[in-house]
Amino acid sequence: MRTKFGLILFVVLTLVAAACGDDDAGDTTTPTTAAATTTTAADATTTTAAVTTTTEVDACAIDQLNLVTPGVLTVGTGEPAFPPWVNSITGGGFDEPESKEGFEAALAYEVAAHLGFADDEVTWVRTTFDEAVTPGEKSFDFNLQQYSITAIRDEVVDFSDPYYEVKQALVTVVGSAADGATTLEELKGLRLGAAIATTSFDLIESVIDPDTEVSVYNDNVDVQSALIAGQIDGFVVDFPTAFFITNVTLTVDEVGQEGVIVGQFESPGDEPEEFGLLFADGNPLVSCVNEALAALRSDGTLAALEQQWLVSGADVAIFG
Amino acid sequence: MRRGPRLLGPRRPSGSREEGARSALIAFVSTLILSGLALWVVLTSEAWPRVQRQFFNPSAFREVWPDVVSGFWLDIQMFLVAEVVILILALIIAMIRSLRGPAFLPIRALAIFYIDLVRGIPVILLILLLGFGVPALQLSGVPDGRLFWGVTALVLSYTAYTSEVYRAGIESVHESQRMSARSLGLTQGKTLWYVIVPQAVRNVIPALLNGFVSLQKDVALVYVLGIREAVRAAQIYNARTFNYTGYIAAAILFLLVSVPVARFTDWYTERDRARKQAMSA
Repeated sequence: MRTKFGLILFVVLTLVAAACGDDDAGDTTTPTTAAATTTTAADATTTTAAVTTTTEVDACAIDQLNLVTPGVLTVGTGEPAFPPWVNSITGGGFDEPESKEGFEAALAYEVAAHLGFADDEVTWVRTTFDEAVTPGEKSFDFNLQQYSITAIRDEVVDFSDPYYEVKQALVTVVGSAADGATTLEELKGLRLGAAIATTSFDLIESVIDPDTEVSVYNDNVDVQSALIAGQIDGFVVDFPTAFFITNVTLTVDEVGQEGVIVGQFESPGDEPEEFGLLFADGNPLVSCVNEALAALRSDGTLAALEQQWLVSGADVAIFG
Repeated sequence: MRRGPRLLGPRRPSGSREEGARSALIAFVSTLILSGLALWVVLTSEAWPRVQRQFFNPSAFREVWPDVVSGFWLDIQMFLVAEVVILILALIIAMIRSLRGPAFLPIRALAIFYIDLVRGIPVILLILLLGFGVPALQLSGVPDGRLFWGVTALVLSYTAYTSEVYRAGIESVHESQRMSARSLGLTQGKTLWYVIVPQAVRNVIPALLNGFVSLQKDVALVYVLGIREAVRAAQIYNARTFNYTGYIAAAILFLLVSVPVARFTDWYTERDRARKQAMSA
């Protein structure tokens, strides 16, 4: 018994000693790290000096960019990605961003071309909507899947300048309780849904504030399933998506019910709601992409893409 | 001391009282030192302030707590309803599987088919299939409520597992019990109900309680149907603030239920074993 007690005492003492040792190590490393930082800073100064003397180095040249995979532009989008944002090679399908078909697919390749990437130097990765808009390391250089630029999101990720101004719309099926509503007041008593982490969900809560708790789904596919199943009276999505849904997926041929856009919403703040490309927080690539977007805007490419892929919702009524 | 959970290690032939006191003291001191060390390492770590802000943020906790609690109350209600139905249905299916004789072949085969089919499908798939798929058919007389179908999916899945637990219990009852009952003139059904099942259930109570804990957490999966239970409530808060304290709040609530059940299971198993040992002695 005595020896056993001694053994336990020994183990405990070793642990304590190890912990103290750890502490010492921590103390000694601190100055070393500090020294290292100083050297890096010094290096950085020399580099800046070098840049200012030559002035020839382009900060947006491909070999100067801080890319996830060097030499390749890695673009993130949804899983799956839907028209009119990402179509397919046949035009009618979806989820094939490599086809350059669809507004965001085409835009990504235009931006890439401006940065100097050939088409085969662009690769696509998939993320869910809410995963890409959280803090942390990113698997992409930029992500585009209709991210609205908001102040809260801007604290944890970075956005490019806007590439599209959007309105939110309410979708339902013919004959539902939401069909034919024209005022916000009429929407208050409805069972409404939206996908998690979207501005559509925020809009329902802040603008409509319905009596029944808003139903929240993983993505726009599940939201539609719930509407088809009769579990909600309607859902909110951005207008171009609403247009696609009511024309292609929510049709009598596809699901036996006819989808309709009930109306559009005025954006809740004073500012219009706008989509931006999403970057990891502090990514220096943003300024280069903004240059590319500005060029695309001024030479009319952006407007042409919008014309080609997106429908104007000007003739759809706005809820009063 | 002897009846309690064996935290102090496996049972040994009883020594003097002095020795027991000393080992309790050693256990106490070493636990105190180890947990103190662990806490000290965590709290002095460089990342701790960030971890605290993102995961253990008191103001975020106060903000999200009411939503998570009301979501968790829904989880508990779903769990209770589902568990009662599961315990009954699973027993019926296990008894069907245990019926002997060629005449019962079709319903025996049906029971096996059901168990194989449902156990082979992920629960989440069943929930999506029933929760969105069935109501979309718009059949008259079939409910379209997502709570109904979400709980039904859980019941179907857990009934298959639980009936296998019951069956293991039924098979663990010695064959002589069945034969004696039959020779007394009891029908097959009566033998099962009055002789086999009572003994079988007692043998598998720990396994059944294990299923309780599992289901109590899996009810959260119905959030995919847009049901705002605890996990979804926490997720909504997270999506707005990027703060994970809501998830911690939900985890605490789940632990508050599952840990006591787990401790109770241990206690029950120990007591049952002691009782059996006493009987055979």
